[in-house]
Amino acid sequence: MSNDRLTIAGREFRSRLWVGTGKYKDFVETQKAIEVSGADVVTVAVRRVNITDRNSENLLDYIDPKKYTILPNTAGCYTVEDAVRYARLARAAGVSDLVKLEVIGDEKTLFPDTAGLIEAAKILIKEGFIVLPYTNDDPIVAKKLVDIGCPAVMPLAAPIGSGLGIRNPYNLKIILETVKVPVIVDAGVGTASDAALAMELGADAVLMNTAIAGAQDPIVMAEAMKYAVDAGRLAYRAGRIPRKLYATASTTIEGML
Amino acid sequence: MTIQLNGEQQDIQAGMSVAALLRQLEIRLDQVAVEVNMEIMDKGGFESKLLQDGDRVEVMSFIGGGSEGFDIGHFCISPNHPRCCEKLILNQ
Repeated sequence: MSNDRLTIAGREFRSRLWVGTGKYKDFVETQKAIEVSGADVVTVAVRRVNITDRNSENLLDYIDPKKYTILPNTAGCYTVEDAVRYARLARAAGVSDLVKLEVIGDEKTLFPDTAGLIEAAKILIKEGFIVLPYTNDDPIVAKKLVDIGCPAVMPLAAPIGSGLGIRNPYNLKIILETVKVPVIVDAGVGTASDAALAMELGADAVLMNTAIAGAQDPIVMAEAMKYAVDAGRLAYRAGRIPRKLYATASTTIEGML
Repeated sequence: MTIQLNGEQQDIQAGMSVAALLRQLEIRLDQVAVEVNMEIMDKGGFESKLLQDGDRVEVMSFIGGGSEGFDIGHFCISPNHPRCCEKLILNQ
């Protein structure tokens, strides 16, 4: 696996498992889970600094930006204006010109507002951002995002935090065949087999947060996800056998009595 | 003079710079972004930017997040968000 690197916009990534940093019990658990997962891309959100309690610690004291690629997101943004504003703030904070662009369309499903996403992506790409868009499992939208200059696309497997797994493997497959940039399956993974399936389909990476942070034992799940992503990737590279309705003997009948 | 700092009224010394304000608040300059009246500042401009009475200042940094982000405590600043309240939101 060591020479099977993922490259996006000229940046090389060692791990094909990307992880979020929300929902953990504390920063120590966050740090440990990320370490065990082997991920080298870590998403973070942008929020107001707590002015009144200056004893509160910084996430990035636990997640070293020299060791990990910090991928700020625009989580919680429901308009193009907000998403652009948060992306600009993230870049101004000075860790990265990468952004995981989210324009959320609806509070209940957290599905992306893909029209807003394309609009926001255009603005940010013009400003020199490397935009990784969180999008629906819609091949047409994925293609549009690539056409305007996104160096990768991040279609969802299922609604954020739902743990429903890959709801539409066929659409993901079409996206994988349609776009010539890395495809990172983002959101909706529930357990290790979901991550393995995404990778077996040919996804270039999987991004998850809740599946690890929300597990009974996040550290053990982080390890499970590492193996699942590696196993899925290897199976994809190996090339699976075709599905057949009837049996094919794997042992010869020659030499039988 | 009074500024609006992260949604709260705050009295500060007249003529204070952004950098001085951050130092007074004991906020490290790395990993932080500052917006004054909706305009995002270059870090290089923190020293020279003097705050005016009534300025609306946002000091932002990174928190844990995967997607969406409304699962852990944070300060809401999105006026267009249906749940925006300009207050600390805890574990929704």
